[in-house]
Amino acid sequence: MITESFAFGQSVIHRLDPRLKVIAGTLFALVAALADRFDVLGAALALAVLMALLARLNPVAVLKRLALVNGLVVFLWVVLPLTYNGPAWFNLGPFTVAREGVILCGIITLKSNAIVLWSIAFFSTMPVATLGHAMNRLKMPTKLVALLLLTYRYIFVLEAEMAQLVRAAKVRCFSPGTNLHTYRTYAYLVGMLMVRAADRGERVHQAMVCRGFSGKFHCLDEMRFNSRDAAWAGFLGALIFFLAIWQWTL
Amino acid sequence: MHISEGVLSGPVLVSGAVFALAGTAYGLQKLDFDKIPRAAVLSAGFFVASLVHVPIGLSSAHLILNGILGLLLGWAAFPAIAVALILQAILFQFGGITTLGVNTVIMAAPAVVCYLTLGKVVAKGGPMGMAGAFACGFFSVFLSGIIVALALYFTEENFFEAAAAVLGAHIVIMIVEGIFSVMCIEFLRKVQPGMLPGLSK
Repeated sequence: MITESFAFGQSVIHRLDPRLKVIAGTLFALVAALADRFDVLGAALALAVLMALLARLNPVAVLKRLALVNGLVVFLWVVLPLTYNGPAWFNLGPFTVAREGVILCGIITLKSNAIVLWSIAFFSTMPVATLGHAMNRLKMPTKLVALLLLTYRYIFVLEAEMAQLVRAAKVRCFSPGTNLHTYRTYAYLVGMLMVRAADRGERVHQAMVCRGFSGKFHCLDEMRFNSRDAAWAGFLGALIFFLAIWQWTL
Repeated sequence: MHISEGVLSGPVLVSGAVFALAGTAYGLQKLDFDKIPRAAVLSAGFFVASLVHVPIGLSSAHLILNGILGLLLGWAAFPAIAVALILQAILFQFGGITTLGVNTVIMAAPAVVCYLTLGKVVAKGGPMGMAGAFACGFFSVFLSGIIVALALYFTEENFFEAAAAVLGAHIVIMIVEGIFSVMCIEFLRKVQPGMLPGLSK
């Protein structure tokens, strides 16, 4: 099941103006992605943990997400220290471990987790519909926003259709294995899903035209930027600015 | 196939973003407002289908399907994939905001290449059409893997072995995607030929 695990809540972060969250989320991610100092990235990770705590997210769910994200990081930890072309640090059985490889892995680990945690706190704490409206208010292309909102709208519908097709296959005693029959069954399932999706898309368009759709997608969400948002904007702006100064001038 | 946050260097992220912006802008320009609902529901279908895991030996892999997506959506594959990646980042934390550009190029560029080079061959059908469908599934994943490898290599030359391992691990997936594409395209040819490129109105 596709769910929006973190989208709804009553925390201070959840109540911020979505436009502010999009901007703060993006700026922090950019600074952290370009930073390469251990102290700066450590501070960034600490700030991201703080924001995740302030957003009062379910810690088990957050850790599960982080574990998934760290798959590539673990892979790099296995490969990189052994394959890095640099002065040897110590020997691990028949292998030599390069110091710079380990340092690079450390930096990537901090960076990756800081950005992902901060993104959970700022992007995933609103429903995608709200994100779409915020993007619209921030003057992103109308067509892109319409595509995002409609895709989001129909993911859940098509997930149910896919589940229906899989159920129908199971009722006919389909059990997946590594063979052509399995691949053919899945290929027909996916093909059928596409046929239904295309038909549904046409019907959705006709229904929209019936209701007067003429090429403009209206977002009715009125967003208010109040004094608390302004205070948070100042605070978050200062934090991100400080990280940037620390990284590139100190 | 995507690269997580925090791995790539600034120049690689920026060049990815520039290519993705150009492709998305062109794709949006070619996509009429009237076609947006259909494109959106189709890309929702691909989003769901890519969550399906097919068994490969003792393990399993999820489908990538960017070749078929390219055939069905053409240049609109760029904005459709950008949107799908935004949704994946928000809903599952796969990928993310800074890697959005690079990941869009990884998935969408091969889709559009397949559409431009193989679209006509696939539409004609027959044995050549089936070969084209196989090539479409195989090379879309292959090209994606090459772009992943290049992004890693341009970030840090020492990523070479890791990049080669990623590419090697995908060889079986390329073959499976190829077979899968042939079957899926042949199914569409029988059931709804108008969906294939060249035959649509």
